[in-house]
Amino acid sequence: MTFSADSLTPLEWKFSQVFGERAPGEDVQEGDVITTIGFEKSGDYLAVGDRSGRVVIFERSESKDDSLLYDSRKDLEQLDFAPARHPTFQYKTEFQSHEPEFDYLKSVEIEERINKLKWCATHSGLLFILSANDKTIKQWKVKDHKVKKVKEMSPIPVLCPENVLLAEGSFTNEEESPSIAHSCHLEWTEKLAQNHSPYQDTHARIGDIEGASRARCRKVYTHAHDFSINSISNNSDGETFISADDLRINLWNLDVSEQCFNIIDMKPSSMEDLTEVITSAEFHPAHCNLLAYSSSRGLIRLADMRQAALCDHGARILQHGESRGPKSFFTEIITSISDIKFLNDGRHLISRDYMTLKLWDMNMDSSPVAIFKIHEYLRPKLPELYNNDCIFDKFECCTSGDGLHFATGSYSNLLRVFPDGVGSEGGVIIGAGTTPNRPFIVFLSSRAGGPFTKLLQGIEDHP
Amino acid sequence: MSTVDEPLYPIAVLIDELKNDDIQLRLNSIRRLSTIARALGEERTRKELIPFLCENNDDDDEVLLAMAEELGVFVPYVGGVEHARVLLPPLETLCTVEETCVRDKAVESLCRIGSQMRENDLVDWFIPLVKRLAAGEWFTARVSACGLFHIAYPSAPELLKTELRSIYSQLCQDDMPMVRRSAASNLGKFAATVESAHLKTDIMSFFEDLTQDDQDSVRLLAVEGCAALGKLLEPQDCVSHILPVIVNFSQDKSWRVRYMVANQLYELCEAVGPEPTRTELVPAYVRLLRDNEAEVRIAAAGKVTKFCRIVNPDLAIQHILPCVKELSSDSSQHVRSALASVIMGMAPVLGKDATIEQLLPIFLSLLKDEFPDVRLSIISKLDQVNQVIGIDLLSQSLLPAIVELAEDRHWRVRLAIIEYIPLLASQLGVGFFDDKLGALCMQWLQDKVHAIREAAANNLKRLAEEFGPEWAMQHIIPQVLEIINNPHYLYRMTILHAISLLAPVLGSEITCSSLLPVVITASKDRVPNIKFNVAKVLQSIVPIVDQSQVVEKTIRPCLVELSEDPDVDVRYFSNQALQAIDNVMMS
Repeated sequence: MTFSADSLTPLEWKFSQVFGERAPGEDVQEGDVITTIGFEKSGDYLAVGDRSGRVVIFERSESKDDSLLYDSRKDLEQLDFAPARHPTFQYKTEFQSHEPEFDYLKSVEIEERINKLKWCATHSGLLFILSANDKTIKQWKVKDHKVKKVKEMSPIPVLCPENVLLAEGSFTNEEESPSIAHSCHLEWTEKLAQNHSPYQDTHARIGDIEGASRARCRKVYTHAHDFSINSISNNSDGETFISADDLRINLWNLDVSEQCFNIIDMKPSSMEDLTEVITSAEFHPAHCNLLAYSSSRGLIRLADMRQAALCDHGARILQHGESRGPKSFFTEIITSISDIKFLNDGRHLISRDYMTLKLWDMNMDSSPVAIFKIHEYLRPKLPELYNNDCIFDKFECCTSGDGLHFATGSYSNLLRVFPDGVGSEGGVIIGAGTTPNRPFIVFLSSRAGGPFTKLLQGIEDHP
Repeated sequence: MSTVDEPLYPIAVLIDELKNDDIQLRLNSIRRLSTIARALGEERTRKELIPFLCENNDDDDEVLLAMAEELGVFVPYVGGVEHARVLLPPLETLCTVEETCVRDKAVESLCRIGSQMRENDLVDWFIPLVKRLAAGEWFTARVSACGLFHIAYPSAPELLKTELRSIYSQLCQDDMPMVRRSAASNLGKFAATVESAHLKTDIMSFFEDLTQDDQDSVRLLAVEGCAALGKLLEPQDCVSHILPVIVNFSQDKSWRVRYMVANQLYELCEAVGPEPTRTELVPAYVRLLRDNEAEVRIAAAGKVTKFCRIVNPDLAIQHILPCVKELSSDSSQHVRSALASVIMGMAPVLGKDATIEQLLPIFLSLLKDEFPDVRLSIISKLDQVNQVIGIDLLSQSLLPAIVELAEDRHWRVRLAIIEYIPLLASQLGVGFFDDKLGALCMQWLQDKVHAIREAAANNLKRLAEEFGPEWAMQHIIPQVLEIINNPHYLYRMTILHAISLLAPVLGSEITCSSLLPVVITASKDRVPNIKFNVAKVLQSIVPIVDQSQVVEKTIRPCLVELSEDPDVDVRYFSNQALQAIDNVMMS
């Protein structure tokens, strides 16, 4: 999925991989429905969260070969042609992130469903993931478990119990040779092998599962949200993140789970005065002090955390000035923004509402730079969509790493991709079936793709 | 093997458990690493144990943290300072792990070892380690490197020193904000080891880079460095280099940066000298006291006394006091609270006249604050003002404030004021206390909340200590003993508690004549809870009465009677008390 540097030549989109294929006639289990998805920054990993609280991680299987061919990923990006092979992903590991809980004080069930996943900075082969359900955010560390392989074993019984350590731990370490980090020259010494311990069974067993990944919960950030969490976003400073629910946004330090700071509070003193809720929030990709959040009234607010501890005021508001056309009963519903994303250039952002995808320039707050229509054919059918509640469906949107393409979802397994600069009707429609490389047929008859809306995040952040 | 003073078998178990699957066992074992090393001897510790630990770096964070800590004190076990370098490789690996607390501990241990190492060993082993970490692929290594420069630098030869400085400069401009943060927070320590010629050039240019960083979090830490650097520089250099930066910071766009400045500013006053303080720092501080962000005002208000102590009183009266006046009616209760908690300390600084003229009205208005915390803060520091102007001027306003707090509907507020009653009593004197506060103390004994009744009983004891047994006999005992007739058994129980606290203070005579009869009467109570508490109180009184005939004639018969009570708890506690009496009598 590498975007070509030349945006004028249309990209050829191919459906390349599918996970979780169903056998014919097999029903979709409720718990297996995917609720969120996210690429790691380098594009080497993909995490998927589902309704039963699981997180599954996929790993790009060819990444290692690629990096052998080219000096660095940067070179790879600048190539004018796509790499010969498509990247494919393979299953790496999965873990149970959240469990169903019951809040005894409020007497409500807390679903285990994963609402959002975010990758933190990866570090020396370790992966860090933030996952959130309605109320609780957790930080997970996924580690490739290195297991020492037993090279040689001797069945001769122990001579002296004190030497058990030496049996495994006696490596000749040349005192004179300079020791280098990560690579103390360790060699199995045969001369002491006769002192081997009775632990060989364990070693033999462990030796088999070499390379397994293990996920460990590192921090649990809880008791800070009264409403359902809809977004989490990492700050560019690498030490903080925000979590947003319907009415509040909290700021956390990644290393401190006991306390957080409320930075935005939209809760009116009386809930009857409630006119809008927060639908999505994201930090600026480079400026640690800026964050954007969208609301159900179709506003995007930019807040500067430097101005005050509580940044309810003084935000810049991006709003599409009273748009043309007659107002209808549905206008208000379909202007609700379901997702916003900053572009990597730090100047633009995209927002998704029910009917359109909008590209905004932060310096122009009166109207979007471009509006992309997603499924205009549905406009006459709004009353029907209202009756079956589809009008409240939430779609996500994403941008490519170079900021030249935006993608968002529609119904019937359809994915819309827009190159920057095309008109409002342009762009590509891609359909995703269940079998890769199969000719695609557009079904417009029924509402097939509710859960599919999330898949779109798939090209997000992908270089 | 050097000294083996423990049998070998437990050692073998410990060694085994270094590899156990159970993390708790591994942890125990790591915690006793020194024992293992002693048993193995220096030679085998160097050649076998340390390489084993080197390789064992894939463990749980908890184990790694313990290992990082243990290795810091391992120098004696590997054969002393001349072999200290063998400890560097395992710690170097720990410096690169992703868990912050493990890295910090490893850096701390490396510093500890490095400061013991011989100079040529530092050059041969420690400095290359610092360089490797500073050039590490992962930011964690570079973060750790920043904390090691102050150990490495002093013993480096000239050429290497130049290199180290340039490496540090790169770390200050690292891509990762985490590394820049670490460089910023370690700059003060590093600067302290750098020769003053380079201090003015190199270090100051690093510092200026950091102060202009895009990331608020880096600038924040640079502020912290200001005071440390300021103390290293000559006053005139400080004025030319640090002062403009701090003045700039005090007007930074980010309130968090200004908050840090507000917290640190007073430390710089000494470094820059009196004149620049007057012209630059006082105006900067005044700006912070009037900042539009409440958090900044809180920090600034909390330092007002410290700041006034450093600048001369005239400046304080002229510039700071007007702000203090404004803050005393600030819209944020937290600002007022921060101010109230330190403002009493200004009285000794400003002297008697200024205090009466300027501060007193502020005290009085804070005493009437709607927020109980503010009032409590003022009352808690009363002694500081008393020394300067005497209590009389305040006492008229004090009383309504105390009464109001004493009757506050939040029991935690009532509890807080009770804690201060002995202090108030000692400051106000017996006369004032008898007139006004005595009744309150009795009132608390009948509070609805147990914690308050308990505190009230304790308060009586402290008052009795303050004013002496005779006063207590006259002013509190009669009222206290009266409550024993209260129809509610919980209040009667409070009195029993009070008696057990007061008895040791009042001494044997009063206890026998006044307190004991009341307790004995209470043993006839109809509520079993009272009865077994009587048993407990009697037990505690026995050592005090100290007259065997009282014990035998009064206490023992009463307990014997209770020990035949139908209630099992009453029997239990009275038997306990009887046993205790027997023990006392025996000895």
